[in-house]
Amino acid sequence: MTKSNAPRQPFPFSAIVGQEDMKSAMILTAIDPGIGGVLVFGDRGTGKSTAVRALAALLPPIEAVEGCPINAPRRDLSPDWAQGVTDRIISKPTPVVDLPLGVTEDRVVGALDIERALTRGEKAFEPGLLARANRGYLYIDEVNLLEDHIVDLLLDVAQSGENVVEREGLSIRHPARFVLVGSGNPEEGELRPQLLDRFGLSVEVTSPRDIETRVEVIRRRDAYENQYDKFMKTWRVMDAGLRNQILAAREALRKLKTPGVVLHDCAALCLALGSDGLRGELTLLRTARALAAFEGDTTVRRSHLRRVAPMALSHRLRRDPLDEAGSAARVGRTLAEVLP
Amino acid sequence: MSAIADPVATSPAWDRVRLVLMALAVDPAGLGGLWLRARSGPVRDAVTGAFGALPLPLRRLHPSLGDEALFGGLDLTATLAEGRQVRTLGLLAEPSALVLTMAERCPAGLAARLAQALDAPKHCLLALDEGAEAEEALPAALADRLAMFLSLEDIPLADVQPLALDQAQILEARARFLRQRVPAKVAVTLTGVAVSLGIYSLRAPMLALRLSKVIAALRGHRGVRAEDVTTAAELVFAHRATRWPEAGDTPPAPEPQDPGESDGDTRPDPGDIPEELVLEAVRTALPEALLDRLAIARAARATGGATGSGEARPGHSHGRPLSARPGRPSAGLRLDLIATLRAAAPWQGMRRKTALQDRLVHIRPADLRIRRYQERNERVLIFAVDASGSAALARLAEAKGAVELLLARAYARRDHVALIAFRGAGAELILPPTRSLVQTKRRLAGLPGGGGTPLAAALQMAQETAVRARAKGLTPVLALLTDGRANIALDGTPGRARAEAEAEVAAKAWRRAGFPGVVLDTATRPQDGLRAFSFLLGAAYLPLPRATAERLSSALEAALAPMQAG
Repeated sequence: MTKSNAPRQPFPFSAIVGQEDMKSAMILTAIDPGIGGVLVFGDRGTGKSTAVRALAALLPPIEAVEGCPINAPRRDLSPDWAQGVTDRIISKPTPVVDLPLGVTEDRVVGALDIERALTRGEKAFEPGLLARANRGYLYIDEVNLLEDHIVDLLLDVAQSGENVVEREGLSIRHPARFVLVGSGNPEEGELRPQLLDRFGLSVEVTSPRDIETRVEVIRRRDAYENQYDKFMKTWRVMDAGLRNQILAAREALRKLKTPGVVLHDCAALCLALGSDGLRGELTLLRTARALAAFEGDTTVRRSHLRRVAPMALSHRLRRDPLDEAGSAARVGRTLAEVLP
Repeated sequence: MSAIADPVATSPAWDRVRLVLMALAVDPAGLGGLWLRARSGPVRDAVTGAFGALPLPLRRLHPSLGDEALFGGLDLTATLAEGRQVRTLGLLAEPSALVLTMAERCPAGLAARLAQALDAPKHCLLALDEGAEAEEALPAALADRLAMFLSLEDIPLADVQPLALDQAQILEARARFLRQRVPAKVAVTLTGVAVSLGIYSLRAPMLALRLSKVIAALRGHRGVRAEDVTTAAELVFAHRATRWPEAGDTPPAPEPQDPGESDGDTRPDPGDIPEELVLEAVRTALPEALLDRLAIARAARATGGATGSGEARPGHSHGRPLSARPGRPSAGLRLDLIATLRAAAPWQGMRRKTALQDRLVHIRPADLRIRRYQERNERVLIFAVDASGSAALARLAEAKGAVELLLARAYARRDHVALIAFRGAGAELILPPTRSLVQTKRRLAGLPGGGGTPLAAALQMAQETAVRARAKGLTPVLALLTDGRANIALDGTPGRARAEAEAEVAAKAWRRAGFPGVVLDTATRPQDGLRAFSFLLGAAYLPLPRATAERLSSALEAALAPMQAG
């Protein structure tokens, strides 16, 4: 309570102990937002929410038109229904929008501006959370408890990159390109299988089981709470390094070569796993490319593929209710057979 | 506890209550809050009366609270009156001490919202759990975030003393607790103890660490001492324990990395807190019965049994549209703009004459119409009938009779029925969910008996059927008629051990999915094995020795009745 005057930055991303899968999945989507969303499922108290909040602080800022509800990069891309838009371009942090559980459809997609409709009789559009999340992240905690029709709507928009509002006499469409991050605890309810594969990557997080790691988590948390300034000084540097690495990888991604044999590997792996549709292959490839770029390689290799396969594919398999080991293990087994 | 002992002699249990409340008053948001298990009565009133000492405003929540009350929403009446948007403030807008009454009935959705609110440490949750039923408990998402637990059930009224909390002491402790020196090994000890008690969430040791600082500050110690750590561990760990620590179970603590960090001015070296000591303290604070009870409640939560999740479906968000009706839009209720305008239209001329301001449309709160939808919430009874050789001879005919009787009832209720038979090498979905009585009867009559018992295959098929049915908006209920001797594995090969293991896994999967069910033991004598199995399945168990078709049917109806009511 002694230092609560200045607003605190969230717990730094690089200071999160362990949970490498979750961290790398988030970094990879930051490099290539086209990968799609990330689904983080796991035990309570494993730092799911912490990681997302930390990500917001980690990401490089974006350039956007001042006052634009959809964070458009240029004035001419700003929608005509928007109000209070100026001609200035400002730099602002990558938007990370929280979607609260009890949210209504109106709040998500935007709706008729009731205030103006009722008081002035005007038909105006009030943008929703999807507009605000454009070019950034949309975070849903406890995604498995969100009402189905909202989830449907979100995934639809996340897929098409466009929010179409056709209601109450309004007909509006605006870009809504964002990375969807969902987290949840499987004990409280499963996510419907048809929704699972709309997420680009999925990772499972578990509580670390060795004492060393657990103690380190507690130490860092304690230091963050009690020696905030000292702690942040150390980790801000680490975060900045990671940010530069992400920016460099975004550059490198354009020049990255993808040999035909890697494409072949992708297809062979997905075929062997029997994942439905072609979304698996596409995501797998994109993720492998992002990883290669992150590690400073100039070509994608089988080793990259092998490392991202579990997070890109495990949620796309047909569910086997009897397989308690989880689909990640199945991907691992197939991986060893197909891509030795 | 010398520093906070009252001049009046008090019982240790009551001292503990006082300590918990003092700690909460020192650091309400950082500790998350308190889970208080007690029936309402004078003892609980004495404790809740002391909540006023917290430095936050008290706000009462109840389990059926809507989102608008929590997060705020549009105040329509004021908006219309003032001609600009007026929003109401939600209960979570200001940092406050949230008193959640009947916390054991808190639905998962509200728990998730409150948990999110608690993650930004500004609120403090006081969950009052009346513990009415053994299988009801505070949702795990909340229990995990609240540092402390108190049960007042064993505190006699005679022990109750007025809880006048010393504000000066609280203020002093609040100023000092964050700067309490903590020996480096404390974090190691607390983590180790948590693991040996089977507590895997990392929030628990973090909260315990924080609480030990608060307690040390309250006791006027300079630096956290061993006794502070043990007290904190008792309060934070005892109710979270999922297993008894066994002798020799204590994991070897890693070597202290930095001996220089340990504090100099508190001697004897407090860094050396033996884990056994802390563990022993937690153990004594842990009545065995409580552990059992919490475990049951936890299991019930996990199956969704207590909340009946999957049954409750909001009636205003989707489904077949109904005509709009007057009402206020709020969480889950959407304004039907066209109907609202239509309702206001006839009055426009009149209102324009009397209106003070000139407006395009004059709308009064009474014109507001909200949308309504009707949703199908029908039941599908999935019968999984054991037609194996062991069950066939004596019972299959009776089982068929019972199913037929139930079918007649189902027809009256417009339930759907699905029929799965399992015998020989596998299970067969004889009839996908249907309402056709005739078809069901015909298929049932033609059901042959004999062969092994592929229980796992049957459950797997039942689950598939149930998942599909749920996607269509039906509520699946399983009625499993078997004698429970699984002996055919999933791939159709005989072998008791493997078949039983697979059946258990399938049962757990069913339970995880949260579907209700009932197991009817059709063996000649009730079997303990099947009773245990039905627990795995999360289903009610009905032994039916020498049951007639009528009795079978009425027993099944009785077991399913609470689900219908819910």
